[in-house]
Amino acid sequence: MEFTDAQVQRYSRHIILQDVGGKGQKKLARAKVLVIGAGGLGSPAALYLAAAGVGTIGLVDGDVVDLSNLQRQILHTTATLGQPKVESGRKMLAALNPDITIKTYQENVSADNIMGLLHDYDVILDGSDNFSTRFLVNDACFFAKKTLVSGSIFRFEGQLTTIKPHEGHPCYRCLYPEPPPAGLVPNCQEAGVLGVLAGTIGVLQASEAIKEILGIGETLADRLLLYDALEMKFRKLGRPKDPDCRLCGPNPTITNLLSDYTVSCSL
Amino acid sequence: MIKVRIPTPLRPLTKGQGEVEAKGANIEEMVDHLEGAHPGIKGRLCDEKGELRRFVNIYVNEEDIRFLKGKDTTLKDGDEVSIVPAIAGGN
Repeated sequence: MEFTDAQVQRYSRHIILQDVGGKGQKKLARAKVLVIGAGGLGSPAALYLAAAGVGTIGLVDGDVVDLSNLQRQILHTTATLGQPKVESGRKMLAALNPDITIKTYQENVSADNIMGLLHDYDVILDGSDNFSTRFLVNDACFFAKKTLVSGSIFRFEGQLTTIKPHEGHPCYRCLYPEPPPAGLVPNCQEAGVLGVLAGTIGVLQASEAIKEILGIGETLADRLLLYDALEMKFRKLGRPKDPDCRLCGPNPTITNLLSDYTVSCSL
Repeated sequence: MIKVRIPTPLRPLTKGQGEVEAKGANIEEMVDHLEGAHPGIKGRLCDEKGELRRFVNIYVNEEDIRFLKGKDTTLKDGDEVSIVPAIAGGN
């Protein structure tokens, strides 16, 4: 693969970086990243991945653009209200970078479709908004041996971690073995979220995904990053492998996707 | 004194404070002390049997107590404890 003059110019600030270079830029061009959720986290993540020249970006989301989304979901605009988020997102990403391939999946992930969705991608970004999807995506990425960059947000706080048990690191269930039961935590609409927090965490997800593709820098594979927007504090906590993990431990009890990941829309 | 970092979802129980002080020689004692000062917090951290819930992690100076001694993990003056529940928002 050779870059055109326009592409060399487009990516010039990457290409002059010693840790990226023309070689790294080609890795990005060959990379395939699946973004689950074209919402608060998926929007900024997908925009920066597209700008960075990630060659194939998949967007998965079954929703349509709602006015209440525009406070944070910057893939969408007032002009795309009512349109499927993946279509709205495709237009925005294509306008930003016409060189890349954008694949859209207007559906919600489920145990039935997840393995097929992951299949063609190298790195998965989870920007979903509920525990059932997060546990499903974790388990599916484990079985498919895909690297997962997981971000989540709540009010003024965010969490970020990279999950790659196929390389000996812990999975999401090592961190949180089970989702909370329904009713114990406020639901999505009640909770609220600082719009720009989605940007902070989503952009960090894109950064970690790009580092995974390039194979550079420190990874969050054994760490959990916490961000508190109000206190303006970042903290990294240890995230060891759980020897009793039901999924990635030596004696797993989860050996296939579960038949039911349903929990409430809780945060 | 032990500094305890309170996550956003639990701050309604601490009058909005992101950091509170607590006492206790181990995590179990600290949780009971917290409950005295901020009633309701223990129920968010522990189930009916008093076991720590599986979607809330507690860290002592950046180490997850599940990989130390769980509720029996000892605490000393100046330790910083963080309560970190799973959060799922992203939309």
